[in-house]
Formats: sequence, structure tokens, C-alpha cells
Amino acid sequence: MSARRQASSQWLLTLPSLAWLGVFFVIPALLVFVTAFRPADLQGGVGPGWTLATLDEIRDPAYLPIIWRTVWVSAATTFFCLGLALPMAFHMARAGQRQRQWLLLLVVIPFLSNFLIRIFAWKSLLHPEGPLTQTLISLHLLPENAVLLHHAGAVLLVMVYTQLPFAILPLYAAAEKFDFGLLDAARDLGARPRQAFSKVFVPGVRRGLISAGMMVFVCSLGQYVIPQMVGGVSDDMLGTKIAQRVFSDRNLPHASALAGGMMLAVLLPMLVVAVWQRIGRKEGA
Amino acid sequence: MTRSRLPALLAWGVVLFLFAPLVVLVVNSFNASRFGGAWEGFTWGWYEKLWAAEEVWQSLWLTLRIAVSASLASMVMGTLAAYVLHRFRSWLQNVHQVLITLPLVMPDILMGMSLLALFVLSGIETGLLTIWIAHVTFCLSFVTMVVLGRLQDFDFTLLDAARDLGATRAQAVRKVLLPLLLPGVLAGGLLAFTLSVDDYVITFFVSGPGTTTLPLRVASMMRTSRSLPVINALSTLLIASTFVIAAVSSRLQRRA
Repeated sequence: MSARRQASSQWLLTLPSLAWLGVFFVIPALLVFVTAFRPADLQGGVGPGWTLATLDEIRDPAYLPIIWRTVWVSAATTFFCLGLALPMAFHMARAGQRQRQWLLLLVVIPFLSNFLIRIFAWKSLLHPEGPLTQTLISLHLLPENAVLLHHAGAVLLVMVYTQLPFAILPLYAAAEKFDFGLLDAARDLGARPRQAFSKVFVPGVRRGLISAGMMVFVCSLGQYVIPQMVGGVSDDMLGTKIAQRVFSDRNLPHASALAGGMMLAVLLPMLVVAVWQRIGRKEGA
Repeated sequence: MTRSRLPALLAWGVVLFLFAPLVVLVVNSFNASRFGGAWEGFTWGWYEKLWAAEEVWQSLWLTLRIAVSASLASMVMGTLAAYVLHRFRSWLQNVHQVLITLPLVMPDILMGMSLLALFVLSGIETGLLTIWIAHVTFCLSFVTMVVLGRLQDFDFTLLDAARDLGATRAQAVRKVLLPLLLPGVLAGGLLAFTLSVDDYVITFFVSGPGTTTLPLRVASMMRTSRSLPVINALSTLLIASTFVIAAVSSRLQRRA
């Protein structure tokens, strides 16, 4: 096949997915930034002309604690997810073929189960009449009339629960490639198990740790259903505000401005990590 | 050398953590008690109520139609995308790769928000079509990644062998490449199907009047306490079907 024909067949075969993502992913993302500069109309759409008014509106200091909470909850979620996923991935990678398949299936099933149902499950578990609250009260671990639901702790718990598979799967992929002989070597050289784990295994799966952490952190930043359903009135995150602006206030430009800010906050750190990893790979080569 | 038991204990603890809430749902779906605090006897009652809830089945039918058509479209485009990503090395494929990867890391709310902006600004009424477009968009990347993983194990000399034995290019692709790739494509399609059935956030942004998919229906049922035990029954059925799909998918990916 001539180089020319190859080039044209490459374009032809790439076109469907490239065009689809261009029209339904790239352009919409850019439109979010455009919409932020359009005036709102009362039907939830945008009016004619251009305005800078929305940018002034979102500089409302009332957003600061919400942004702070969003970052804080996401960071805490990432911390707990990685903390649970690391030993899990470590164990899975060392387990025998059969047990490994089973564990993988057991991680994937909750991951694929309906997102709302998993939140609903926690809602009924944490319900004042629910089994968890009742058991803890009868064991005197909780005071009478304790409320577990509608609470920042409930938001964090359910966030960790729903995002945990996102942390386990990339970490497991990294741990599977890890050479466990290195651990034995470390042990032979006198390292205790915990030292071998933290000084040899953890740096060995660094790349998986970074991508798992990124994945969980970014997904957490955008959460709005969980704070809405298991959080209290003061547990709103940035995502909750975006949804409120769209569906309650019908103010699309305002929501777009917030979403645009979040998009920049998501893309910039990823860009930094991507560039950094590329440099690392070039140096490694 | 003795291995520490701690990682194994923690791992099974994690599995317990992941499954306990689901088990409680399943148990409660047979519990006569409305709140499921204590066991008040076995009942099929919630399943009977679910069976009678016509709007749930309408939503399921809508959801299945969207999921099947969206996963078929993303299977075709995703397989093609994976093929060119694997086959060619060029700046075009670098751009292509970035475009395929970004939707995977974009928070759902931003994807929903940006598609809503597109539909509002271009005057397209939200409804069945816009939900379908949104679903194809997020499924495409997942299918591509799954098929790409399969292609990396594919021995491309098999295609040359087929050509040497007299097959045309099209025959080699159809009779050698596609059958060997099929399990990967099907696994990708199953993933797309599950993601589509599951999606709440993006669908919420781009749905219109009369397009209440199953997750949207569940969300509205969660607001009325009367239907809470019915959700338990529905959840049990959904978890069971997820189990079947996950088992089939893991079998598909294991073979070959």
C-alpha cells in the first residue's frame, strides 16, 4: 500500500470517532465558556448579546466555603480510597489465579451496580430506623437518637464507597506488573514486612497510585448527587450549586461559569501530571 | 518466609465493605417491615408492588432501547477507533488518543453541563435523541479502551499469513481479525450497556419531558417514602442482572 493511500485510509478510519468527539465533546466544553458570557433568559436558556455580569456574580464570597469544602471532601475521599485500595491491590496481585478472578469480579460488581442504588443502600443503612444505627445504639456505641444521615461524615463515607473501585482497578493493574521478588529481596536484606511494603511496593506502583488518585479526586470534585442525598443543608459542594443553578434557578450562564471554573480546575492539574510523566518517561528512556 | 496476614484481612474487609450495603438491600426486599430496621417476616409483597408499577416498566423499556442502540453505535465507532489508535503512529492519533481519554476523566456533571449548553445554544430540544447522543459519547471511550487492550495482545502476523494464503484484505479483516477481536468488542459493548443503563447525572442534564429513564425514575421514587421498599425489590433485580453481565464479561475477556 502506498504511503499516500495509507494516509488517506488513516484519516477515513479515524474520522467517525474523531468527528463525534469533536462535535459532542470538544465543542460543548468550549460552549460552556462561551455561555458564561451570555445573559440569562427566564426560560432557562440564554438571551441575545454578551455580558460580563455573570463573572461578577460568581465572585460572590459565599462560594469560597463551598469551594473549600469541595476540595477538602475530595482530598479526604482520595486519601481513604487509596488507603483501602493499596492493601487490596497488593493482596489481589499476590493471590492465586482463582482467588484473583473472584476478587476482581467482587470489585467490579459494586462498581457496575447502579450508582443511585448504592447511595440508596447507604441511605437505608444509615437511616435512624435502619440496621446500622439501631445496632450501634444497642451496643451503646452511639447515643440514643443519634443521627448518622445528613451529615458531612455520611457524605465522606458514601463518596469513599462509590469511588473505591476507581482506586482499586488502576492500582491492581499496576500491582499486577510489580515484581514481587523485590519484596523478598528487601526482606532478605533485613527489611521488616511493613518497611518492604512502604519502601519497595508503594514506590513500585507509583504510576498506578497517581492515576488512581487523579481519577478519584477528579470524580469527587464533580459530585453532586451524594451531598444532595445523604448530606445536610450545609454540606453542599460545587457540583450541587451547578445543578441548583441549572434546575432550580434556571440560570444557565451562571451554571456555565461555575462549570467552566471547575473544568479549568480539573484539566490544569491533569495537564501538569501528563507533561511531568512524559518528561519522566523521556528521562527514563 | 512468612507472609503477613494483614493485607489479606484488609482485602476481605474491603470486599465486606463493598458488599454489605448491597446485601442489606437484597435482604430488605423480602422484609415485611417498611423501614427494614428489624426482620418482620418474609414477603413477596414488594415484588408484587413492583410488578404492578407500570411506570417503572415503561422506564425500563426506554432505558433498554437507549442502552442497546447507544452501545451498538459505540461498539462500531469504538472498535474502529481502537484499530486506528493501535495501527498508526502519527500526530493525528496523538490528538485522537487525547480526545478518547479525556471523557474518561471528565466529571459527569461537566459532561452533562456542556452537552446541555450545546443543545440549548443550538436550539435542539432535549429528549430521546439528546440522551442517546450523550450516552454514545461517554460509552465510546470505554469501548475503545477495552478493545484497545484486546488489540495489544493480537498477533498481527496472522493477517499477513491470511494474505499470503490468498485472502483479500477485506477477507483477512472479516475472517481473521474480527472473530479474534469479537470477545473484546462484546466485553466493551457490555460495559457500554451497563454504563448507559446506570447513568443518572448526564441523563438528568439532557433529558426532556417524557424521557424518564430508569435511574431518573428511581431518583423520583426515592423522594416518596411510600415507594422505598419497592426500590429494594427493583435494586435486587438490578444487582442480579449486573452479576450476570459481569460474569459473562469476565468470561469473554478471559477466553483466548
